[in-house]
Amino acid sequence: MRLSKAWTVAANDLEVLGRKRYTLYSLIGLPVVASLGLPIVVSLALGRGEVSGTGVEVLLNAFSFLFAIVATLVPTVIASYSFQGEKLERSLEPLLATPATDGELLLGKCLAALIPSLGVTYVGASIFVVLVDGLTRARLGYLYFPNQTMGAVLLLAVPLACAFSVEANVVIASLVGDLRASQQLGTLASVPFGGVFVLAETNFTSLDATRLALVCALALAIDLVLLEVCRATFRREEILTRWK
Amino acid sequence: MEGLTLRVEEGEVFGFLGPNGAGKTTTVRMLCCLISKTSGEARVGGYEVGRRSDVERIRRLVGVLPESVGLYDDLSAYRNLDYYGRMFDRPEGERRSRIEGLLRTLDLWERRDAPVATFSKGVRQRLAIARALVHDPQVVFLDEPTANLDPESAKAVREFILGLKKEGKTVFINTHNLDEAQKVCDRVGILKTRLVAVGATDRLLDPAATRRTVVRLSRVDAAVLAAVRTLGLGDVVVDGDRVVVGVADPDEDNPRLVRAIVGAGGRVRSVSEAAPTLEDVYLRLVGGGRRDRA
Repeated sequence: MRLSKAWTVAANDLEVLGRKRYTLYSLIGLPVVASLGLPIVVSLALGRGEVSGTGVEVLLNAFSFLFAIVATLVPTVIASYSFQGEKLERSLEPLLATPATDGELLLGKCLAALIPSLGVTYVGASIFVVLVDGLTRARLGYLYFPNQTMGAVLLLAVPLACAFSVEANVVIASLVGDLRASQQLGTLASVPFGGVFVLAETNFTSLDATRLALVCALALAIDLVLLEVCRATFRREEILTRWK
Repeated sequence: MEGLTLRVEEGEVFGFLGPNGAGKTTTVRMLCCLISKTSGEARVGGYEVGRRSDVERIRRLVGVLPESVGLYDDLSAYRNLDYYGRMFDRPEGERRSRIEGLLRTLDLWERRDAPVATFSKGVRQRLAIARALVHDPQVVFLDEPTANLDPESAKAVREFILGLKKEGKTVFINTHNLDEAQKVCDRVGILKTRLVAVGATDRLLDPAATRRTVVRLSRVDAAVLAAVRTLGLGDVVVDGDRVVVGVADPDEDNPRLVRAIVGAGGRVRSVSEAAPTLEDVYLRLVGGGRRDRA
């Protein structure tokens, strides 16, 4: 596999994406809401004095993990578009006629979905971290971030969640064959991470750094399996006939 | 597709004709390794379609203009071509000069930096043709290259195709445009789910089979048509004030025809021989008819 070829595909997709204003809006919408909305909730909770120091820690760990869920939702827009959107716009056929291998096309398309998704999630998380630190410093007298939990979320959970979502969306796109249905089903990629969040919130587990590392190890295993499924289901000769 | 056996020689312009749904686009897609064939054997440039080790070689060898041009609307004309040049591993310098050459030839150089979204259908079609050629392929597949183009743009595209022939490229054209096929193709194949005819354009235009006499009258009426029919010549077609009659031997049949018309009270304004067209051959083989049969 030639990485340069995969990068050519990804770079072109990124350039096209950069010129699609409404796709960009939908890409940055959720991270922006999370990065600004969650600190407002924290501010309200701190302002009322309803949460203790431990309570703040539980709340902020939970909010930190929400960025892993955000990372599963953001790629849905781009990953579905990368093949089916191109097919709808009829630009996929000439691309499939090029000598790029299946693996290079697949990797390029995955990178094109992964890079901006990770980018906007990290930017959103950074804004969240800065705003929350400002709040905790002003109200509690210390900086809450950086800490191990947020480190595990940003360095492990977010990229793994994002990769999971991209892979799941590519598999769904290859099986479903309809852009809208594929985008809707693609949001199901957030269910596993959403499930972990619910389990934590209902006290079945906690979201400390150790348990997060375990969740991430499991996510890595699932990502690797899904990558194989992705490669097995992606057949370029079937795209023009099977995909609607 | 079934029963399709044909060979296109290197450097020839081959026209693939057939009604909608006949399988023309499917054939091109199979030959370009865009879709899999379920059975049979096909070779492009000596490489076997469907063989894993040959697929990439075929893709490098061919340039494709799909039925829908499929350009990136948000990118400029130059960026569209540059992307495909990269995908075919063309070095930057070669890419730049090749793109400039193509854009100048197709009269698009001045608009190289404009987004494709601002282009008319004809300009897009020309740009898509340039894209198919950006890697200088030896074999070019053009699916309906002049569909929906205005006459001027269609003429420019046809001239460009003839230019490709001069360069020694093999061109395979899917078209509905029989006039175009007659003008640019060395040979044509007529497809109707299976191949019903293939051969050199002039050989298919067998004069004996398609010779027709056109009689222009002041008025075509039932008495004239009845008189013509009683002669037992070929097909009789009414086209406005003209009666077109298939004849086997013009020297013998034309005087009889004129006598019959005049005898039935018809006023003959002119008599001429219609040159056989590919359309006649096509309609005869595919079984359609565009004009009202008398």
